[in-house]
Amino acid sequence: MSMYQDAIIAGFGGQGVMLIGNLLAYAGMDAGLNVTYIPVYGPEMRGGTANCTVVVSDDVIGSPIIRSPVSLIIMNGPSLDKFQPMLQDNGILILNSSLIDPAQTEKNRVQVFAVPVNEIADSLGNTRMANMVALGAYVQATGVLPVKRVQDSLVSVISAHYSHMIPKNAEALQAGADYVVQHGRYA
Amino acid sequence: MSQPDRIFIKGNEAIARGALAAGAKCFFGYPITPQNDIPEFMSQAIVDAGGQFVQAESEVAAANMLLGAAACGIRSLTSSSSPGISLKQEALSYMAGSEVPGVIVNVSRGGPGLGDIGPSQADYFQSVKGGGHGDYKLLVLAPGTVQEAYDLTIKAFDLAFKYRNPVMILADAIIGQMKEPVVPWTPEHRDPNEGRTWGLVGAKDRAPRLVKSLFLEDGALAGQNLKLQAKYKRMQSEVDQELFLTDDAELIVVAFGSIGRIVKSTVRKLRAQGKKVGLVRPITLFPFPADVLLGLAKQGKRFITIEHNMGQMVEDVRLAIRTVADSDFYAQLPGTLPTPDDFEEPILKALEG
Repeated sequence: MSMYQDAIIAGFGGQGVMLIGNLLAYAGMDAGLNVTYIPVYGPEMRGGTANCTVVVSDDVIGSPIIRSPVSLIIMNGPSLDKFQPMLQDNGILILNSSLIDPAQTEKNRVQVFAVPVNEIADSLGNTRMANMVALGAYVQATGVLPVKRVQDSLVSVISAHYSHMIPKNAEALQAGADYVVQHGRYA
Repeated sequence: MSQPDRIFIKGNEAIARGALAAGAKCFFGYPITPQNDIPEFMSQAIVDAGGQFVQAESEVAAANMLLGAAACGIRSLTSSSSPGISLKQEALSYMAGSEVPGVIVNVSRGGPGLGDIGPSQADYFQSVKGGGHGDYKLLVLAPGTVQEAYDLTIKAFDLAFKYRNPVMILADAIIGQMKEPVVPWTPEHRDPNEGRTWGLVGAKDRAPRLVKSLFLEDGALAGQNLKLQAKYKRMQSEVDQELFLTDDAELIVVAFGSIGRIVKSTVRKLRAQGKKVGLVRPITLFPFPADVLLGLAKQGKRFITIEHNMGQMVEDVRLAIRTVADSDFYAQLPGTLPTPDDFEEPILKALEG
């Protein structure tokens, strides 16, 4: 049985969606899998939504561009409007419920995991780690990789200057995963 | 299964790293999306490698700096994207005419004109049919993965010096912007005297040399053109392509670069449904794998060419197989993003004939 997972990760510029896209891809590579990552670039980045697409597979990856993803990490409202209609039926949607009302999701068509990522990050002492909380939730909900594998790849995406932040980010990944274990799907 | 020697980089960075691995010592550029990661990376890395980085005042200037460095036998490159590559064409014609080696990277975007900043393959004609004036050819290499972007850049320098000819890497915004794992490597041996037998390296104790593309003497230009044509014929031995499930295929899809890899997904999906389709992905666009296509055509196979443009390489496919077959064509419109799903219907239609 071949393993395949793709995700579009979207939010405001500055929420760190590119960073967690890179982290997910690095973790896949470090696990010995094939991965692709492609960002949007250009004028979209100023003010609007930023997004990237990650594919992880144990097989050759054809397209790095995905029209109908099997999963989404959605960090802001405009991204939900743009990408939810593209999500495959029964696909997995990680929703930043700190900023978006989960009632806006198509919860009967897709699997929604509503995670208050900002509040969880705040409780860990740094609201900027909301992206890591979301990725932790994603990894837990999809089972694409062990959370530990992703934590171990943090060193690849966080520059040496900020290496003291790695333990906290690892904690944030775990907190997101734990939230999914404790609360399950949004129904 | 862990492969710790893999690095995770954009295609643009893979091209830059490949150039450094090949021993490039000069980079000349001017900013344009979607290739800016190349000059950004090079601005530090080529200097650290003991080379020179120049952000020129224009694309025209950068290309002429490449001509100058190439005339000195130095491994050098320039990079740009479609509108900027148009501006470089004059110098490319001069490089071909003067027979100097250099690498030109085109991370192509949508056109014509300023077009957009998204991917497109609409510079195929410009790359393989000339672009500048006169009867000349570039060797043109089209990577389909980030690893190939690295590998083909190394190969581009070797070919440039082997034939004393400019070589183009024709990538696009997909290959340039996407990240994939790459196994970096460095070629083992390179002739340290390459370029010294003909380049402008100082004429102490020998007669001066002249590197030029002007041939006014009676019969000189005719002779130069015959010499160039003989060289382009020799280049045919460099032809390279990926064949995927072509042996028992009834229908051959021909696609290059990023579209080639995306179509491969479609081919795999259709194969799983029992459809007998295969893929030919030309890796060298000049020389073009015409003989391979003709051989497949003679086996009775049918063809569809898929490109991210309005129909360019399809003319070379038709030319290659014209005595026995024809090729359908599907255009992925410039300004749109291709996915494997887009190609199912046209391939199935061509398969049914």
